[in-house]
Amino acid sequence: MKFKRTLIAASLMAAGTVATAAPTNEELWKMMQEMQQQMKDVQTQNQQLKAENANLKNKVEETEQAVEAVAEASEQSSGPLFSGKNTTIGGYGELHFNNLEDKNGDSDKDQLDFHRFVLFFGHEFTDDLRFFSELELEHSLSGDGKPGEVELEQAYIEYDFNDQHRVKGGVFLLPVGILNETHEPNTFYGTERNPVEKNIIPTTWWEGGVAFSGQLPQGFSYDVALHSGLDVSKEGTKTTFKIRDGGQKVAEAQANDLAYTGRLKWTGIPGVELAATVQHQGDITQGNVAESGEATLFETHAVIERGPFGLRALYAQWDLDGDAPKMAGYDEQTGWYVEPSFRINQYFGLFARYSEWDNQAGDSSIESEFEQIDVGVNWWPHKNVVVKADYQFQDAESDSASELEGFNLGIGYEF
Amino acid sequence: MAVMNNIVLKRVAQCFLLSMLLVTAFSVSARGVYQTNEAFLAETFDGEVPKSKVIWIKGELRKTIADILGHRYSGLRIRYWDNGQRSAWILNEIGKEQPITFGIVIEADKIKHVKVLAFRESRGWEIRHPAFTQQFKDATLIDKSLDRHIDGVSGATLSVWAMTAVTRLALYLDTLIT
Repeated sequence: MKFKRTLIAASLMAAGTVATAAPTNEELWKMMQEMQQQMKDVQTQNQQLKAENANLKNKVEETEQAVEAVAEASEQSSGPLFSGKNTTIGGYGELHFNNLEDKNGDSDKDQLDFHRFVLFFGHEFTDDLRFFSELELEHSLSGDGKPGEVELEQAYIEYDFNDQHRVKGGVFLLPVGILNETHEPNTFYGTERNPVEKNIIPTTWWEGGVAFSGQLPQGFSYDVALHSGLDVSKEGTKTTFKIRDGGQKVAEAQANDLAYTGRLKWTGIPGVELAATVQHQGDITQGNVAESGEATLFETHAVIERGPFGLRALYAQWDLDGDAPKMAGYDEQTGWYVEPSFRINQYFGLFARYSEWDNQAGDSSIESEFEQIDVGVNWWPHKNVVVKADYQFQDAESDSASELEGFNLGIGYEF
Repeated sequence: MAVMNNIVLKRVAQCFLLSMLLVTAFSVSARGVYQTNEAFLAETFDGEVPKSKVIWIKGELRKTIADILGHRYSGLRIRYWDNGQRSAWILNEIGKEQPITFGIVIEADKIKHVKVLAFRESRGWEIRHPAFTQQFKDATLIDKSLDRHIDGVSGATLSVWAMTAVTRLALYLDTLIT
């Protein structure tokens, strides 16, 4: 300030020496007052700016907090990843095209069929108690004279005792085989399910009852189930004793004689599963046919997927007691298959399979054995969607049995 | 028939006894939670857990995340912990129906380890065992995919997919924060 005043005074004096009259004291005083006012104005502005700045800072903080609150609320409320959603819906389906020629007769199969349309409904009552169900429509149309069926394949309540052990009661898939519990189309090779599991196990096999399952040390796990049994006497007037005909499907199933199933599985190394199942029925015709009785199934399999190489191998054997099954060789029904595969990349995989099965193996004089070779490719445009193409060669021991050869195409999905 | 039923009843009783023995012998922690988030972080950072930060998911990043996971990510942001040397991520991803909680630790652009912190499905529990998680050790990202093939668990491919997807996501996000 002093410097300025001195400067002004000096320049005024210098100006004064030239011509005009020097400012009077009054004029100087007026100028000083104006300057003081300007300074006051600047100071006021400064204060205002400071206040506004503080205000803005507060607002930014509030906005940050609001954003934080919105993000948290969004994370907690809906969204499929978090616990708000207690009911789940899922499903799978497959459309099949078969172009198969019967080399032994007239039973060609040229067919386009939506083989299965399945819906899953599940509900979590609490963390430990849940419901799960599977409803299936086969071959698109069900009813009298229609090719299909509506089936309740699963419907059970499951309770966790703890982390490792649980129990379920209701209708469930039996713990046997490779496909029985996991058969969504994008999980296996080949348009149709393999003939060994279909004819011998028989997949898909579900019963009503109670099952305990859980984990054991060293990579082992177990399943023990008590449930309704098969009744192979049901087919019309003639009892065939063919295992596949025995499923009662828990539809007012005769429960004279229950059955139990036990499985031990080992999955100690990534990519490897080994399992063995024993199944015992008290009476395979539920008391309807004398001279028949107990039946036992033994099944064992390996599933190996290491790097791009895959291998599935399965063996299953039924032993039926009693003279009635023995008469037509049904006292022993066996089958086995090996299926090597190669996963080229995330989208394509190739497979080949050799299968043998015989539903009347108990009598070697009866020509009842079948052999089949399948080769094909799966294309997964997305991990849940699959397009399949395969070719099958079938060989029947008997000249009168159907021998189906040809190709199959399929589209399948899971969600 | 009555004799048959008695045998069956006896078997039921035996099953029940066996199950009760197993249950008492192997009872452990709270259902499904193998390690809490806090315990995982404390273990990762030797007790000195850094303050968490967030990555906001905006624009291109949202699409990249969807590509890696195979579906839209429903959250607005992802939280992480980073002490300059290593980063830790806790991510949830659905296996078949239920979310699995994964804890992932990354150091020098490589996976140090992956842990299953909570598992809620009835199948696929094998993925939490060291024999399985060891496959991820030192994994890096090549063009948003893992540098190696992960051998799966038969019948639980979705749990394995979830773990692989989440590992890839963590590795990708780690490149953004360094």
